[in-house]
Amino acid sequence: MSGRHFFGGVHPEYHKEMTAGKAIEAMPMPEKLVVHFAQNIGSMPTPLVKRGDQVKKGQVIAEASGFVSVPVHAPTSGKVEAVDMFPNPVGAETLAAVIAPDGEDAWAEGLNVEQDTDSMNGDQIKGLIRDAGLVGMGGATFPTHVKLSPPEGKSIDTLILNGAECEPYLTADHRLMLEHPAEILEGASFFARVLDVKRVIVAIEKNKPDAIEKMKKAVEVKEGYSVEALDVVYPQGAEKQLIFALTGRRVPAGGLPMDVNVLVQNVGTAFAAYEAVRFKRPLLERVVTVTGNGVAEPKNIRARIGTRFEDMIDRCGGLAEDTVKVISGGPMMGVAQYSLDAAVTKGTSGIVTLRKDEVVQFVSDPCIRCGRCVEACPMRLNPSALSIFIEMCHFEDAAEYHVTDCIECGSCAYVCPSQRPLVHHFRRAKAEIRKMSRKAG
Amino acid sequence: MVEEEKRKKKEDVGPRFLVSSSPHVHDRVRINKIMMLVVIALAPAALLSIYLFGLPAFKVIVISIASAVFFEWASRRLMKRSNTIGDYSAVVTGLLLALNLPSTAPWWLVVVGNLFAIVIAKQIYGGLGYNPFNPALVGRVVLLISFPVQMTAHWVMPSRWGTNAVTTATPLGKAKESLLSLGHIDVHLTRTDVVNLLIGNRAGCIGEVSVVLLLAGGLFLIYKRVISWHIPVAFIGTVWVMTDIFHMIDPTRYADPSFHVITGGLFLGAFFMATDYVTSPITHKGMIIFGVGCGVLTVIIRLFGAYPEGVSFAILLMNALTPLIDRATNPVVFGSRKKKAAG
Amino acid sequence: MSTAVIVLAVLAFVLGLGLAVAARIFAVNVDPRIEKITEILPGANCGGCGYAGCSDLAKAIVEGKAGVDACPVGSAEVAEKIAKIMGVELSGDKVRKVAIVLCSGDDQVASKKFYYNGIEDCASAALIFGGDKSCKYGCLGLGTCADVCPFDAIDMLPSGLARVDPERCTGCGKCVDACPKGIIKLVPIDRKVHVLCSSHDKGGKVRKICKVGCIGCQKCAKEAPEGAITMEENLAVVNYDIEIPESVAGVCPTHTIVIRGEHLEEVEASEEAKAAGGAV
Repeated sequence: MSGRHFFGGVHPEYHKEMTAGKAIEAMPMPEKLVVHFAQNIGSMPTPLVKRGDQVKKGQVIAEASGFVSVPVHAPTSGKVEAVDMFPNPVGAETLAAVIAPDGEDAWAEGLNVEQDTDSMNGDQIKGLIRDAGLVGMGGATFPTHVKLSPPEGKSIDTLILNGAECEPYLTADHRLMLEHPAEILEGASFFARVLDVKRVIVAIEKNKPDAIEKMKKAVEVKEGYSVEALDVVYPQGAEKQLIFALTGRRVPAGGLPMDVNVLVQNVGTAFAAYEAVRFKRPLLERVVTVTGNGVAEPKNIRARIGTRFEDMIDRCGGLAEDTVKVISGGPMMGVAQYSLDAAVTKGTSGIVTLRKDEVVQFVSDPCIRCGRCVEACPMRLNPSALSIFIEMCHFEDAAEYHVTDCIECGSCAYVCPSQRPLVHHFRRAKAEIRKMSRKAG
Repeated sequence: MVEEEKRKKKEDVGPRFLVSSSPHVHDRVRINKIMMLVVIALAPAALLSIYLFGLPAFKVIVISIASAVFFEWASRRLMKRSNTIGDYSAVVTGLLLALNLPSTAPWWLVVVGNLFAIVIAKQIYGGLGYNPFNPALVGRVVLLISFPVQMTAHWVMPSRWGTNAVTTATPLGKAKESLLSLGHIDVHLTRTDVVNLLIGNRAGCIGEVSVVLLLAGGLFLIYKRVISWHIPVAFIGTVWVMTDIFHMIDPTRYADPSFHVITGGLFLGAFFMATDYVTSPITHKGMIIFGVGCGVLTVIIRLFGAYPEGVSFAILLMNALTPLIDRATNPVVFGSRKKKAAG
Repeated sequence: MSTAVIVLAVLAFVLGLGLAVAARIFAVNVDPRIEKITEILPGANCGGCGYAGCSDLAKAIVEGKAGVDACPVGSAEVAEKIAKIMGVELSGDKVRKVAIVLCSGDDQVASKKFYYNGIEDCASAALIFGGDKSCKYGCLGLGTCADVCPFDAIDMLPSGLARVDPERCTGCGKCVDACPKGIIKLVPIDRKVHVLCSSHDKGGKVRKICKVGCIGCQKCAKEAPEGAITMEENLAVVNYDIEIPESVAGVCPTHTIVIRGEHLEEVEASEEAKAAGGAV
């Protein structure tokens, strides 16, 4: 079953060698932290702090505002200097609290205490995970406790720990697997207990042989756990493609992994779950790969949530003069930034810098129908036809050709010889289709 | 120094970064690179033709490419559109049209052909990507219908540098002629004939004569992933199977499949013309339907039509069907329920 | 020969019969008024009325779903004619409305936060951090409004702004819906004083990113008649129900307030100057 391959995909240059061999190092406390409240997909948490408030490390500064929402915590102790709009790496400006650390890094009461996990039941574990503010740390930032709460009638039989890390440049998950294999597996065991899952698969691309070996050793003592080596092809780590490659199950179009009885969690999320359940530590920091030719010394950094990109880049030797793109996340699906004031959020897996000669700009030449995009699309869509429809504003046709199933992996635009901004077109169409259905409904 | 830099930074109020939608990397294969690979793949066959047919063939090729590029440049300029000669698609069109002409073609014929190919068949529709028909083939067919004498009456046997050119007919032309006049064909391929046909030592268009080099060029394009195997294999395979069936029914009227496959412009058409991106289907399934359609039409025209050769007409007819084929073979989205019900 | 004639005759008869039957069965009784009204309507099929075209609106008017003056494009004359056909009285005078783009921050005066690379279309550009302008309310200048305008009434200035020609504009409102920033408004054509800014940012921020943005100083609101200009979240907003004297424009320290006719002439002159400068 393993080694099986999904449809399409591309082989970008990975450039992982820049940071793969570098151990995770801790980021010293910056002068200020910009902690955004909107850090999860779903509804934005409700802010609880105002300017001048003193906060303790781990204190809730914004509470969940619904089921699909998680609290946000102060990453360290200090004073709230401002609550205002700041650039959020995934979108326009959003509300954030600026915290000036007091240097004490003092925990709020009741946190950072080792727990007796053996006596916990599933709901207690889930509660700890929710209270710790866990979201999918691969970049999707979907609240973890929601994924752990399948509706009545849906059962999960397989948990996939996603360590594929198929995005070029990024090595955060790779390093985490090398340095904390046991912790990741313990975190996974909490997920497995909540859902009563017996089969856990750790999925890793073959270009990380050391991580495969480490994880294989770690799973030896665990019953029902296995490690699967995956072919190196982008987007191997996309949920639906990963599930198909490992189990042969097809997540229905428009459906969720739970429709085929599978739960996928990122290894980083598993590590965060370990911290949350075992030690009652909220999600306050994460591993970020700061890399690319724009920085002098690429690194894997464990940084507090709220660390500004500028501080991260300065830690890596500063930005080269001719760096024209700074990307939050990987180069295939990440978001290009306009300001280094953007700050690390729970979903920031990397900061990739590209220099002038490395950037290829979109030019939007006409489609020559070469079919490369059709071959590359892992969702088996027809990006060529879709983009032509959307250029003519035929959004209904685009909907009929399933543009809403696009996972925005970027494979099509990566291979397009006319350098058409295909993913941009599809985002536009999705926005228009949402607008139309809102109007209709 | 540092002070100065700081001041410079302050003065520089313009934005610093480039922002676009993801993805932020590209495989750097652009249209001009693809077109260049096609030219490289055609080069051996073209060079051999110059060696075989001599200076006249060289002249046709040069005039054709030059006029194609000129018309591309001029029509874009007249229509006030961006200059596109840099994508080399006009070079490919000019080269392909030249390879589809007899070496005896006069210069004006070449220019008129390119005028139709570039201006009428391509730029009027909006340029590369919007043309419904293969431009080079439109050019060739316009010439074939308008100037039949210049296009079909002066075939010569290869004779280095054009001296002592002996006028003759193409192998397919001979077969058709004898079928029409005698009621049966007179095709007996000896081993030397086959070798001559394969390497191109025979009468025919400049580019169609050397089957071996065309095959090598086609395989090169498949290896480079410029084209996929689907159209050429479906096209040539269909011609083989259909002519084989007819040959078995009546060998006195219908030549055997090997004759049909290695004579005429089948390899040039199957590997280089039918595979034109813009005018052929986009999915593999569609490509196979397209290739089979081309094969069927080619055989019907060759065996029952007035023209001895049918590759060009077959491809153009299938070009017209491409949008329909695309619609019918649009890929089924991953995880779609339709797929489950079907399989 | 005779067989051919017979065959054709039979064929003609059968087909004729079929047509006759079909005409009976599928006959649609069309109200003759629909056709008449369709003829009166401008025929641009712009969709400004909310129906799928002029004949669709005509049908709606006859069915009583739309008013006789529902066509936003047609003049009072059109409404009058339709009212006559429908046998109703037209109520009150209708002042023609035209569109205006409430932003004057072109590339010279408004800063950008990044270089944009992508689809040349405002709705697409707005998906990426709300567009490249530092001001999140400003005109993106990529011409989505001009593209949807059925009357070619919107020009895209080379300096990155959309400008509506009130003479050509019919007030169909297509641009109002198309603008992702929502900064195009329909205003009575006889109103001349406009605040060409839509920014709700605080004055300090506006000053930093745009030289002609409203900084919320309220001078105009005090100068104008009571209630004619009101402050809404740091922005001076014109109440078009009240006439404003042209002198109010003079008090604006950032020249955000303009008098439409004069403003257009000014813009034209500066564009011409720029074009001439570019040619040299």
